[in-house]
Amino acid sequence: MITRRNDRHCEAPQRRRSNPDPVKHSHTGLLRYARNDLWTVLLVACTWFFASPPAFAVLPSEMLANPALEARAEHIGFELRCLVCRDQSIEESQADLAHDLRMLVRRRLLAGDTDAQVIAYIRSRYGDYVLLKPPFEVSTWLLWGGPGLVLAFGALGIARFLYRRRSNAEPPPLNADEQQRLAAALGKAGDA
Amino acid sequence: MLHRWLFVLPVALFALLIVGFYVGLEVHSDVLPSALIDKPAPEFSLPPLIKGQPGFSTGDLKGHVSLVNSFASWCAPCRDEVPALVALARSGVPIYGIDYKDTPDAARAWITALGDPYTRIGADSGGVAIDWGMYGVPETFLVDRTGRIRYKHVGPLSEADVARTILPLVARLEQ
Repeated sequence: MITRRNDRHCEAPQRRRSNPDPVKHSHTGLLRYARNDLWTVLLVACTWFFASPPAFAVLPSEMLANPALEARAEHIGFELRCLVCRDQSIEESQADLAHDLRMLVRRRLLAGDTDAQVIAYIRSRYGDYVLLKPPFEVSTWLLWGGPGLVLAFGALGIARFLYRRRSNAEPPPLNADEQQRLAAALGKAGDA
Repeated sequence: MLHRWLFVLPVALFALLIVGFYVGLEVHSDVLPSALIDKPAPEFSLPPLIKGQPGFSTGDLKGHVSLVNSFASWCAPCRDEVPALVALARSGVPIYGIDYKDTPDAARAWITALGDPYTRIGADSGGVAIDWGMYGVPETFLVDRTGRIRYKHVGPLSEADVARTILPLVARLEQ
């Protein structure tokens, strides 16, 4: 029923990776805290749980020596979609194409490109789909404006509801006849 | 009256959304459109796969309608499209090959065993594939006389694809 990834189209075989997941290293750090302060541990664990750090697929050997350039490369890499896995950025993906694109980003930066030039270079080859954040255009206004539209619609509905409730909140005061009937009814209840 | 519409509208919108998602699941294919359609083929130059033969570069594409086909010996679907490519080459359409991330020996053995539809074959370690906006193999591009990319097919070409799409396009571009 659900269309699967095109299995008639191959991506390059995955390269072997020798480095363990870099996030794993910090587990030992957490244990060190345990002896000192339980609350710290809980706090760190919560922070960890709710703000899961970006998973890097970048190998140490791929990184640029210049930390400023490497930071720019990573920033760009997180904006670009891996065309093989689709739901990961090239910085997170272990696909071979993602590796090639990471290296390309770094080569362009070393050659002196600005961030925008690097992104434009890759976008000119792979189209808008390579951008994880789609550009605001005529064809994407509903995508970007949709949530605002829904919010406005909901706010309008709530405002209408509240306005009505307020105008219904205080019924007009009883007239003389009604007051008499009320007194009579209460009087009867009192007698019983 | 307006009151009733306020109830019906969200339900109707939701139903529309469900239909949209369902259709999207069923119909939407996984094939990504190429950003290079109607753009000039990228500037590149590849060394030959087979020593002593000419390599493959942008200049080769000018002056005639041709196909550019990426393949690799490790790619099973690439094997399936060889007969269609050989037939196409025999009918007079030049086909240029980009051998993607392959070991030369394996690629040469593969061509010897299955047939060689290619006018020229360049060996690519991955860089030129990115210039062509490829995200896997096989992919096939149709290039017109001026060296512009006019059509892209993702996945193996079947005989039906060739008869229904490629040959009519080639005929139209050759006029």
